[in-house]
Amino acid sequence: MSEMKVLYFAWLRKKTGTGQETIHPPAEVQTLGGLVDWLKTQSPGHADALADLSMVSFAVNQEYAEVEDPVKSGDEIALFPPVTGG
Amino acid sequence: MIRVQREDFDPARETEALVGDDHSIGGVVTFTGLVREMADLGEGTEARINAMTLEHYPGMTEKMLARIEAEALDRWPLNASLIIHRYGDLEPGDRIVFVATASAHRQAAFEANMFLVDWLKTKAPFWKREDAETGAHWVEARSSDDEAAARWTETPSKAAE
Repeated sequence: MSEMKVLYFAWLRKKTGTGQETIHPPAEVQTLGGLVDWLKTQSPGHADALADLSMVSFAVNQEYAEVEDPVKSGDEIALFPPVTGG
Repeated sequence: MIRVQREDFDPARETEALVGDDHSIGGVVTFTGLVREMADLGEGTEARINAMTLEHYPGMTEKMLARIEAEALDRWPLNASLIIHRYGDLEPGDRIVFVATASAHRQAAFEANMFLVDWLKTKAPFWKREDAETGAHWVEARSSDDEAAARWTETPSKAAE
């Protein structure tokens, strides 16, 4: 079974109610976009956090990624708003 | 060098340590970012803030800062560089970020410094939450920051080399 770690930052952490979770998505989940669609079904908070993907950035194993990029078991996925440091 | 830390830093001491006894350095440019007391709430409205919290992604933050610094060292003839970025709870007037670039000549030091600040604002995974008198909110990314970063991808300046 596939196992991934998902991290949420800033308001995505508030909306999903978690900063980090270990998930076991079904085998059909092969891309970041597929994973996001599946995550939306996990709770109303997840659905709310991921409703507008233009407000969400992604990283896979600490590298910026796009929805069409692949994900696999063992990956560390991060979902966060556009960055505002500096 | 890069450092991600909760603690404050001393710009003068950091600058002196960076330059050390390298007398081939002809100039060092430093940028210190501070917590502004007024928050931009959009549509021309502002609010005074009491505090700011900076959240970051440990691991990826260091990775991105190191990559940005490596790119600056590749593009400009720098003798030394330093990026310090703080996280945690801050107040208006507090130092947030420090970028120092040292080179034989000023042009490389100035350009590399602007490049580093522009790029870290759009690439380093930090998020600001402002506790304003009107309530707390997450700061939204600015398109002007993206535009500032984008100008460095168009025509890399090699004039300083």
